Amino acid sequence: MPDNLLTIADKSFSSRLIVGSGKYLTNDQMVQALEASGAEMITVAVRRVNLSDRSAASLLDHIDTSRYFLLPNTAGCYSADEAVRAAHLGREAGLSNWVKLEVIGDEKTLFPDNEALLKATRILVAEGFVVLPYTNDDPITCRKLEEAGAAAVMPLGAPIGSGLGIQNPNNIQIIKEASSVPVIVDAGVGTASDAAIAMELGVDGVLMNTGIAGANNPVDMAEAMKLSVKAGRLAYLAGRIPKKMYATASSPLDGVIGT
Amino acid sequence: MNIVLNGETYKTDGPLTIGRLLSHLSIDRRRVAVEHNMNVVKKSNYDSTIVNSGDAIEVVNFVGGG
Repeated sequence: MPDNLLTIADKSFSSRLIVGSGKYLTNDQMVQALEASGAEMITVAVRRVNLSDRSAASLLDHIDTSRYFLLPNTAGCYSADEAVRAAHLGREAGLSNWVKLEVIGDEKTLFPDNEALLKATRILVAEGFVVLPYTNDDPITCRKLEEAGAAAVMPLGAPIGSGLGIQNPNNIQIIKEASSVPVIVDAGVGTASDAAIAMELGVDGVLMNTGIAGANNPVDMAEAMKLSVKAGRLAYLAGRIPKKMYATASSPLDGVIGT
Repeated sequence: MNIVLNGETYKTDGPLTIGRLLSHLSIDRRRVAVEHNMNVVKKSNYDSTIVNSGDAIEVVNFVGGG
């Protein structure tokens, strides 16, 4: 049976790719890229309504919520309290109690503040949220997040928007091995091979935004990411060959002419 | 009276419900979430929650994000 379901809390998704909705040049481009990505879960941010210009159409005029599951984030929050507030607003603006929890510790790296992230996770889990925390690629933090009730852990592959690819594959693998909840690599993917590498490590899914939206052709890159996530997953399940220092012939050694 | 709406001073004719405020701003209530003095207001309470002078209101919606 093909392994093709990503299950988080009580929901299953047929795509292991989760994509963001930010940074697209136009809404049309975003809609096409979402379509090409095959993703079923889309992250969104919660921001003040622009009261001086009411002409701009709402994001929800473009995203078909019967087709895509919206995952509100708490991007831009620098304390547990702010993140909890943003999560409450996201729940009220949306249709679910799921949240991609971000508590940022530093503007330049956008690395998470682990202590505040854990605090916010505990508060939101106690309130009944399904919490998907964006975290450092640190196995200990991931373990604590799981113990705090996170429905998944989402270690970064590299800094948000950096496109550097998976910087610490060893840690990601350790996190996957130690976790009972799904592991989603969130952030850092720059091109399709990065997504495949993440999936080949055995993680349950990949979340990205800039890697697609920032490409010269976001729609084509969305398709490339869809394929690479599938390819990486399949390769992981298929089981790679061991690495060896020397060659092993692929063709039979017997019957070579002239011997 | 004055309220603080999304961080800016905003004048209204007097106390009003959140529902009235949203209508006045031509905002579709289905597409937003509202905070009243730091507490999220459930949509079902928009027409019974009164905004008084000096109150802080945040009206947010979903935008593209990662």
